[in-house]
Amino acid sequence: MSVADRSRLPLVSRGVRLLLLALAGGLSYAVLSLPDQRVELSDQVSANMAASGVHNPVTAVLLNFRGYDTLLEMGVLLVALLGVWSLGTAVAHRRGGPGPVLSFLVEGLVPMMILMAGYLLWVGAAAPGGAFQAGSVLAAAGILLLLSSKRLPVRLVGRPLRLVLVLGLLAFVVVGVTLLSVNGIFLQYPPGLAGGLILFIEAAATLSIGVTLAALFLGGRPDSDT
Amino acid sequence: MEAVMVLQWGFDGMLAIALLLLAWRALRNPDLFTAIVLFIAFGLVMALVWVRLQAPDVALAEAAIGAGLTGALLLAALARLNDLDDSVDDSHTVDAEIK
Amino acid sequence: MNSGLLYALTGVGLFTLGLNALIMHAHLLRKILAINVMGSGVFLVLVALGGRVPGASPDPVPHAMVITGIVVAVSATALALALMLRVRAATGKPRLPEERQE
Repeated sequence: MSVADRSRLPLVSRGVRLLLLALAGGLSYAVLSLPDQRVELSDQVSANMAASGVHNPVTAVLLNFRGYDTLLEMGVLLVALLGVWSLGTAVAHRRGGPGPVLSFLVEGLVPMMILMAGYLLWVGAAAPGGAFQAGSVLAAAGILLLLSSKRLPVRLVGRPLRLVLVLGLLAFVVVGVTLLSVNGIFLQYPPGLAGGLILFIEAAATLSIGVTLAALFLGGRPDSDT
Repeated sequence: MEAVMVLQWGFDGMLAIALLLLAWRALRNPDLFTAIVLFIAFGLVMALVWVRLQAPDVALAEAAIGAGLTGALLLAALARLNDLDDSVDDSHTVDAEIK
Repeated sequence: MNSGLLYALTGVGLFTLGLNALIMHAHLLRKILAINVMGSGVFLVLVALGGRVPGASPDPVPHAMVITGIVVAVSATALALALMLRVRAATGKPRLPEERQE
């Protein structure tokens, strides 16, 4: 069936292949000829780790030094969800309900995944982990629940759902604006408070990321019977 | 010391070859379901590569999001495509189902 | 050449494989798979080149950029899949319409 998928003439495909080989050759040459020097950014990161409030350099970069990028990324997640929601409503789930294996797995795994998400969020300050990893485990738990046909009760779809979705972005903006009005610089944490602020933002972001990714899986606007 | 270097190089080489092979097969496979499963396997080998490159945060993110969530999204979309194909090829039915 | 360069070249290879599949296939789901492979190739080049100097701790800035990139890639994939399902509903097949030679 891959032959049926190709809608190009063989002559064009040979030309494309040659061009792509040339591109690969050029890129490989570029990669191999890069100078072997050390970028100063990582030195600056290591020098400022003490003032960043956490011990994990990646978390420090994501949430403190380049916190604005992470704020924008929360925005990107919401925009993608808006796009998916604007394209249609969610497909109604099957009325059959989950089988016994899936039910058993969901009952056993989902609480542990929530616990794991909390652990990843907490340990992100000193070891590999953090908001994105924790949020994705939470999203996986949500997807397991969706697959076994469990849906939110109707009164939670609507304002509470939307509130949780924007919580991450909201926490970032609130912290940023507060610091702007106190210090004069958007999102510059004072070194004493940095650890607590990062944890607060990360907790809100974990919830947001988890719910947003699970909602993206649902594939449409939740209507009144999903 | 030399034996460790050879082992590391061998391991890195195998991971790199596995990545390229999985990607190539995933993109060329005529059956979409097999292609998506190969893509999930590609994501998992990628997570191993991140560990080899001393990037454990990226490895966690790739395994959960890149392999797991993207794979789940792709499989759900494929299932919906197949559902649309299985239903009657009547445009009114299709419109009613998508709303 | 250390292992960083090996993985960087692998990333270039993945990018090229993905680009080839993006151009050659007409089915939208395959195009989405191809874009994801291209994205993974680019991330590999970023992180592998960040860890070029052996024996030193890895540079955390490319790690953060790639984590951001992975999350953006999954949101874009979700949106692209929803668009593909709409194209299928609107035109009856999950492919871009063929260009007519006018």
